[in-house]
Amino acid sequence: MALFNFHKNTFKHGIHPPESKDETKGLPIRQFPFAPVIILPMAQHIGAPSEIVVREGQEVHRGELLAKAGGYVSVPMHAPVSGIVRKIGNVPTISGKMSPGIYLEAFPASTQEVLEGKPIDPNTATPEEILQGIQDAGIVGLGGAAFPTHVKLKIPEGKKCDTLILNGIECEPYLTTDHRVMLEQEGDIFTGITYLLKATGAKNAIIGIEANKQDAADHLTKHLPKDLPVSVKVLPVKYPQGAEKMLITALIDKEVPSKSFPIEVGVVVVNIATAAEIGRLLPHGRGIQERVITITGPGVKKKGNYLIPVGTPLRFVLEQVGVDEEISEVYMGGPMMGVAVSNLDISIVKGTSGILVFTRKDVNRSSKIYPCIKCGACVDACPILLNPSKLGILAKFEAYDEMASDFNLMDCFECGSCTYVCPSHIPLVQYFRLAKRVVRKREAQKKEEVHA
Amino acid sequence: MLKKTLDISSSPHIYKGRSTDDIMKNVVWALLPVAFFSIYSFGLNALLVILTATLAAVMTEHFLCKLSKKETTVNDYSAVITGLLLGLTLPPSFPLWMAFVGGVISIALGKHIFGGLGYNVFNPALVARAVLQAAFPVAITTWHPAFLPDRFFTISGSIFTGPFMQPQFDAISGATPLSAFKFDGVTASTAELAFGQISGSTGETCAVIIALGGLYLIARNMMSWRIPVAVLLSAFVLSGILYLINSEGYPSPFFMLFSGGLMLGAVFMATDMVSSPITPIGLWIYGGIIGILTIVIRIWSGLPEGVMYSILLANAISPHIDVLVKHRVYGTNKKTKMV
Repeated sequence: MALFNFHKNTFKHGIHPPESKDETKGLPIRQFPFAPVIILPMAQHIGAPSEIVVREGQEVHRGELLAKAGGYVSVPMHAPVSGIVRKIGNVPTISGKMSPGIYLEAFPASTQEVLEGKPIDPNTATPEEILQGIQDAGIVGLGGAAFPTHVKLKIPEGKKCDTLILNGIECEPYLTTDHRVMLEQEGDIFTGITYLLKATGAKNAIIGIEANKQDAADHLTKHLPKDLPVSVKVLPVKYPQGAEKMLITALIDKEVPSKSFPIEVGVVVVNIATAAEIGRLLPHGRGIQERVITITGPGVKKKGNYLIPVGTPLRFVLEQVGVDEEISEVYMGGPMMGVAVSNLDISIVKGTSGILVFTRKDVNRSSKIYPCIKCGACVDACPILLNPSKLGILAKFEAYDEMASDFNLMDCFECGSCTYVCPSHIPLVQYFRLAKRVVRKREAQKKEEVHA
Repeated sequence: MLKKTLDISSSPHIYKGRSTDDIMKNVVWALLPVAFFSIYSFGLNALLVILTATLAAVMTEHFLCKLSKKETTVNDYSAVITGLLLGLTLPPSFPLWMAFVGGVISIALGKHIFGGLGYNVFNPALVARAVLQAAFPVAITTWHPAFLPDRFFTISGSIFTGPFMQPQFDAISGATPLSAFKFDGVTASTAELAFGQISGSTGETCAVIIALGGLYLIARNMMSWRIPVAVLLSAFVLSGILYLINSEGYPSPFFMLFSGGLMLGAVFMATDMVSSPITPIGLWIYGGIIGILTIVIRIWSGLPEGVMYSILLANAISPHIDVLVKHRVYGTNKKTKMV
C-alpha cells in the first residue's frame, strides 16, 4: 500500500503471520532440570571461539570460568553447572560443523550455588569498566544473533549515541521468551538499562513492544523507576519489526543507511532479554549460565518458557518436555528465521531463543513449485523494498553479480517474508542466501587477487 | 527414545498457505456467476459458446503439455480461466467452430508459445479474441438480443455453422449499447447497463455481477485492487471531462463505465497478473493507460469498443512500465530500477 503509507509508528511493507503465542505467553518461566552431561561448544557466538582454560578431569564450580575470550570479538564461557570436566574435544553444532568444546558432567548432589565475581557498581563504574564487565560475563545478543554485546555497545570514534533502543518486539511467531522476561524480570531490565545508558552515553532509552504484549508494556510502565530516562512504546504487530533497522524506523522514523550500523543514526539497539541478563549478572560479577527459552510447537507435550542451562543437550530437553512420536522437524529460533536441527545431539547455546517441534502434518511446505505469476505479493512484503520476484528469476539463471550490483541483493537480511507470501512456493529467500554467499566469496577472491 | 532422523529445511518454516492454483480456482469461482447470468439472459446459445471455448482451451493446454513431454498443467486452473474469459467475450450466437478455434489459439498462441503459465506477454483470452475479430469480423459483431422468451429451448442456426461456411444469422439481431450509440446516437440508461438488460458479448452485460466477482477476489487478496480502480477511474474522469465540455456530443461517464466490455476487462482481463506490471506504481500507470485508451478508441475511432485493444496494448508495454518505475531501497539515497 505504497500510496497510503502516511501511517507512522511502523515500517513499510512486512507480513502478518499467525502469532501462535497464546499457548505459552501465559506460562511463567520455570527452572529446567540439570542434564547429567552438559556439552559446551566454544563457537556459539559470532566472532572468535572462546579459548578453553580448564583441563580434563578438573572439578569446576557453577559460574567458574571455563574458557576465556578468544579475542576482542569474542566472549568467555562459564560453567553452567558444578561438576567435572569429562572430556575436551570436538562437539557437534547446529551448522553441522564440529567445534572445540567441553563435556561437563554435573555433580548430582551439588547445591548448584553460583560463584560470585567482582561486582560492578553502575553508579561508579566507567563506561569502559561496564563494557569489560559485559564481556567478562560472556554476554551476547540473546535475541538469536549471538553477537558479543560489548562490541555492539562500543561507540566508534567520532560517533555519538543519542538513543538506546530496547528490543522487546519478539516478532517471530511462537516465541514468548522476551514477553515473559518483561513480565517477570522488570528489576533486572531497569538495572541493565542503567548500565547500558552509562556504557553508551545515550541520554534516553525507548523500550519497543508489539501490541500483542500490551500486558508487558503496562507492567514495565507501572514499574518504571522515576530517575531513569526510559519510555515504553507500543507498536502495531508486524513481522519483521524485531529486525534492528525496521525497529529503528518504526520507533524514531530514521533509516539506517545501507551497509552500515544503527550508530550512523545515533542509535544502539539491545535485545530486552540481553538487558535483563546484564542487569542480573553485572552487580554480582557473574557469567551467563542459563537463559530463558520457549519450547513450543504442535509436537511438544509440556510447552512452556523454561530457564535452561547453556549446553543442555537438545535430546535431553525434548525428553524432559515430551514430544510427539511423529516429530519431523525441530527448529532453534522462530519459524521465520530459525534453523532446522539435523541432529539431536547438539546443545542449547546462548543464542537459542526458542525450540520449535513440528510433526509431519504441521510442515505445510508444498513440494509443487509453480512459475512466478508476477502477482507482486513479495514486492508488497519486502521490508527493505527490494523486488524479490526479479531477484528470484535472476537467481535461477545464477546471475548473482547482477543481483548484487543492480538489485541491492546484499541489503537483504533474509527475513523470509517473500518466501512466506509466495503463492508459487518459490524458495526466494533460500535463493538469496545462496546468492549472497557466492557474491561474498567472489568479492573475497577479488580482494585476494588485488593483493597478490 | 527419540527417533534419530529429522527432516531439515531452510527457513522460513511456515507459509501463508495461499497457492497459485488457489488463486486461479478463486478466479474461476468469481467468473461462474458472470457465466450463469449470461446463460440466464442469452439461454442455450451462451451456454454452448462458453462451454466450447473453455473445453477447447483446457484440451489444448493438456495436449500441448503432453506434446512437450511435460506434466499436464490443466489442474492449475489457468486454462479454465482463459477459456471462460474467451467464451464470455464472444457474441451469444457465435458459431461454435469459431469459438473452438479461439480456445485453441488462446492457449497455443497466447500462452504456450511464450513458455506457458507465468511467461505470456499478453492476456491469452484477448489474443484469441483479437485473432477471431480479424478473421471473422461479421460473426463477432453480430449481436443476439437478450431475454428472448424462447432462449432456453431454441438454439440459433448460426451456432452450428460448419467450418468455413457462411453463418446464417437470425433475422432479429440486437445492437449493443455502444454500437447503438456510435452508429445511431442512442444511449441506454445506466440501470439497464448495470443490471444487464442489454445485448452484448455473453459475459459483459451485467456490470454489477462482474463488479461483485472482483470485490470477492480483492477481499480474498487474490487480485490487485489497483488495476480495476485505475482503469475505471481514468475512463470515468476522461469521459466525464468530455461530457462536461459537451453533454450533447458525448455520452455520460456512467454510460461509458457500465457499457461494453469495460467492467469485464477492468476486473478480469487487465488484472491478469502475468501480463500486468509488478510494481504498485506500475499498476496505476498500466490501469490508467487502459482506461484512457478505451475512451479514446470508443469516441474517436471507427470501432464502437476499445477495451480489448487497450488491454493488449497495455500488456505489450507493461514490462517497460516496470522498467521505468524507479524506487528507493531502504537505507539508500539514490533511486534504483525495479526490474
